[in-house]
Amino acid sequence: MEGNSMAAGADNLLDVKQTFWDRLRYFSLFLKRDTSGIIGLTLFGIVVFAALFAPVITQYDPLDQNLADSKLPPSWTAGGTRDHPLGTDNLGRDLYSRIIYGARVSLTVGFIGVIIALSLGVLIGAFAGYIGGKFDAIIMAPINLVLSLPYMLFVVFVASVLGRSLFNVIMIFGITNAPIFARVTRGEVIRIRETAYVESAVCAGARWWRIIFDHILPNLIGPLITLATFEVSAMIFYEAGLGFIGLSVPPQVPSWGNMLAAGRLYLTSYPWIATFPGVAIMFASMGMNLVGDWLRDVLDPRLRRSRK
Amino acid sequence: MYRHFLTKFGQSLLLLFGVLMLAFFMLRLTGDPATLMMSREATPEQVEAFREAMGFNRPVIVQFLDFASNALTGDFGDSLHYRIPALPLVLGRLPATMQLAATGLLLAVVLGIPFGLLAGFKPGSLLDSIGRFLALMGQSIPNFWLGMILIIVFAVRLGWFPTFGNNEYNSVALPAFVISLPAMGQMIRLTRSTVLEVRGEDFIRTAHSKGLLPSTIYIKHILRNVAPPLISVAAIQFGYMLGGSIYIETIFAWPGIGQLLQQALGWRDFPLVQTVTVFTSVVVLVLDLLTDFAYMMLDPRIRYGR
Amino acid sequence: MATILDVRNLTTKFYTLEGVVNAVNGVSFDLNKGETLAIVGESGSGKSVTMMSILGLIPTPPGKVEQGEAIFHRAQGACNLLELSPKQMRDVRGGQIGFVFQDPISTLNPVLTVGEQISESLTRHMGMTKFQARERALELLNDVGIPDPELRYGCYPFQLSGGMRQRVVIAIAIACDPQIIIADEPTTALDVTIQAQVIDLFKKLRERLGVTIIWITHDLGVVAGLAHRVLVMYGGRPVEIAQLYDLYEHPSHPYTVGLLGALPRLDKREARRLVSIEGTPPDLLVPLKHCPFAWRCKYAFPRCWQAIPPLITIEALHQIACFYDLEKGAPRDE
Repeated sequence: MEGNSMAAGADNLLDVKQTFWDRLRYFSLFLKRDTSGIIGLTLFGIVVFAALFAPVITQYDPLDQNLADSKLPPSWTAGGTRDHPLGTDNLGRDLYSRIIYGARVSLTVGFIGVIIALSLGVLIGAFAGYIGGKFDAIIMAPINLVLSLPYMLFVVFVASVLGRSLFNVIMIFGITNAPIFARVTRGEVIRIRETAYVESAVCAGARWWRIIFDHILPNLIGPLITLATFEVSAMIFYEAGLGFIGLSVPPQVPSWGNMLAAGRLYLTSYPWIATFPGVAIMFASMGMNLVGDWLRDVLDPRLRRSRK
Repeated sequence: MYRHFLTKFGQSLLLLFGVLMLAFFMLRLTGDPATLMMSREATPEQVEAFREAMGFNRPVIVQFLDFASNALTGDFGDSLHYRIPALPLVLGRLPATMQLAATGLLLAVVLGIPFGLLAGFKPGSLLDSIGRFLALMGQSIPNFWLGMILIIVFAVRLGWFPTFGNNEYNSVALPAFVISLPAMGQMIRLTRSTVLEVRGEDFIRTAHSKGLLPSTIYIKHILRNVAPPLISVAAIQFGYMLGGSIYIETIFAWPGIGQLLQQALGWRDFPLVQTVTVFTSVVVLVLDLLTDFAYMMLDPRIRYGR
Repeated sequence: MATILDVRNLTTKFYTLEGVVNAVNGVSFDLNKGETLAIVGESGSGKSVTMMSILGLIPTPPGKVEQGEAIFHRAQGACNLLELSPKQMRDVRGGQIGFVFQDPISTLNPVLTVGEQISESLTRHMGMTKFQARERALELLNDVGIPDPELRYGCYPFQLSGGMRQRVVIAIAIACDPQIIIADEPTTALDVTIQAQVIDLFKKLRERLGVTIIWITHDLGVVAGLAHRVLVMYGGRPVEIAQLYDLYEHPSHPYTVGLLGALPRLDKREARRLVSIEGTPPDLLVPLKHCPFAWRCKYAFPRCWQAIPPLITIEALHQIACFYDLEKGAPRDE
């Protein structure tokens, strides 16, 4: 056919004038969605920074007890000193240091816990989803059991049996949160397995590893990353909860949960001991939640077409 | 429909069995339940005597069958601390926790759903932003910490509410509010997203094309399709509240199951801990069943089976 | 024939993240009382959006009807549909103009009975009581050929087959004796045998009720059995409007020729290859200053790239938007 497609002289007739206002509007739409993500990343970034550079930005050793200086209020109130910007706790330990170092505990629990949960969960879920049938039913039975029970009670139960240690805490959270990843993974694997393009890949003779790597994994990344972000936030919370009851890391270790537990005893007389750890948790959690929300919007496959 | 219900019921029984297994084995995670339950100063002879008395020397299978069959009849052994049967102790504390959780759920629903609806109907508006901010707060603030802050502010400084216990009519206000926050956040989010989803459905476009009144479309078409997932999540949230009651009850000295659990942990009274855990799980399972039932009533597709 | 709907210069745009989508660009046509007008085009040609714009069914962010008028000559007098208040529009929709959509399972509300969905139109527009509405709904179910209406009234959409569901949708559309029915690809989601039944149903209803129909489709085969006039759209613009016979026997726009060439014919003697139109539909993000079909047109010449061809009348009741004269085999004199 005599092609007249895109006749040479035609290009300058394609008057694609995106005005300045068009561009601005386009940009502001993106910005509106991404602002919260940026805020979240910043908040969480501060927490990470604190954890990484703890020795550099603190003056006192968080384990240093100094009964003479105990129960000092924050520096901006009467009775406080510049030395201890956030005050001291009942044993004279600097609160600011303990909060900064506490970030280390929370982040360690959060990240390593999620890595364990994700690895276990994705493995189980992927196998269950891909193989299907009786295998699926058998594997998913305990998974569904764990998911339908009151989570915190069992965690508390196990923690009380195993005793206080960082290792125990990470293991407990890692293993008990694997089911969530397993269920999501399994759901995605099953959904993708049923799609036409996997069917055609199978018909074209693709081996199972190719199917998994080329088709299934790319689709898993989005939901898993989003879930992982929320899970980090959740684990920070759970650690605080366990610490609050006295079942997390050993008491002298600076963890936000432990600090809340100590603070509770002095709540009415020295409220600041309990206040600041909570603020720190809020910071970290909110940061991660915002990032998770943003990721979920960005990675939503339905909206993916709108993202160039 | 009955077949569906029966299947669910059967699954619940299996889950119950799983719970019993889990609870049983958790006590034996470190190997010897006797050393776990005895105090540090106990002599080896005392520990051995204890072991005999509790029947820990028998084969595991026998112990488990014993435990399970007793559990089904309501016998969970005696509390180590109180030396009386554990289950009645738990049951005695149940009403207080139920009151707390129910009030909390009520608050979450009554405050959360309207916000979510408004946000869903006017996405991008100020109300939407406020709603989403509240939801974020609800899920990012550790509610037990907030409870402590609120105690300082409202109970101690302002004296509007009692600081602890369930002694006065307005005792339940602060604890219920605090326990409701995560659920409230969740309800706002879920309602909002469900409303947006339903609004985008084809049959809503049809409703518009029929020229129906906006109120008709909102209530008959949109809301009736929005309700089922909300009910489902509300029930799950109630379960979370039962689990999270340990924190709130500890802070507010609320005489419920959570406080009992916390005390039991302190006393290392593991039979009691076990009882609380199993019992609460059973309550949650029953709740799941009821929710399923409610779902069936609402969604004709399940009612008439496929 | 009396004009019942007069659309002039309708333009609708969608403001999206990717840019402004020019979905409908200056569409004009008239609709005569009692006739069946088929609107034909590919996906993205703007055929559905045109109709939804007229009835205010475009979601307003991100869509916007930029200009145009749609004069509806109804029994009570004429009005411009694009200038009605939302309340007045709600009276028109369902009451004077009925809609039949494409996929009946998603078009019906899954948690309401089928009968209820018909009755609510009746109570809303005809002022009937619930009882009266039910009686009338049963009659309607019968009219559209659903057996055992009493039983089906209380059924939910998922309990009916695809064909029956579409009949219900048709019943809803005709419930309030509308003057116009707009059917947007009503048979596309159905099996071929059910398609034939639904088309027959429409013919029957058309005879009985004398209703004017706009039938949107991409299937020229369906058009041949039902339409009086055809409007062919491309790139959000009308490219050819003709009476049925004229269109099939003397298609005058290269696009129409291409469409017909791609259609398998049982009435021709020799077997021939199906010819497809090379190329892809235009990107609506780019506002065009030339004929949208120029890229894919065998007959395109420089004039085609310089301006948008206006809709001109080449014979009685036959309009096209093209600078080239197919019969002559040369550019059209202007």
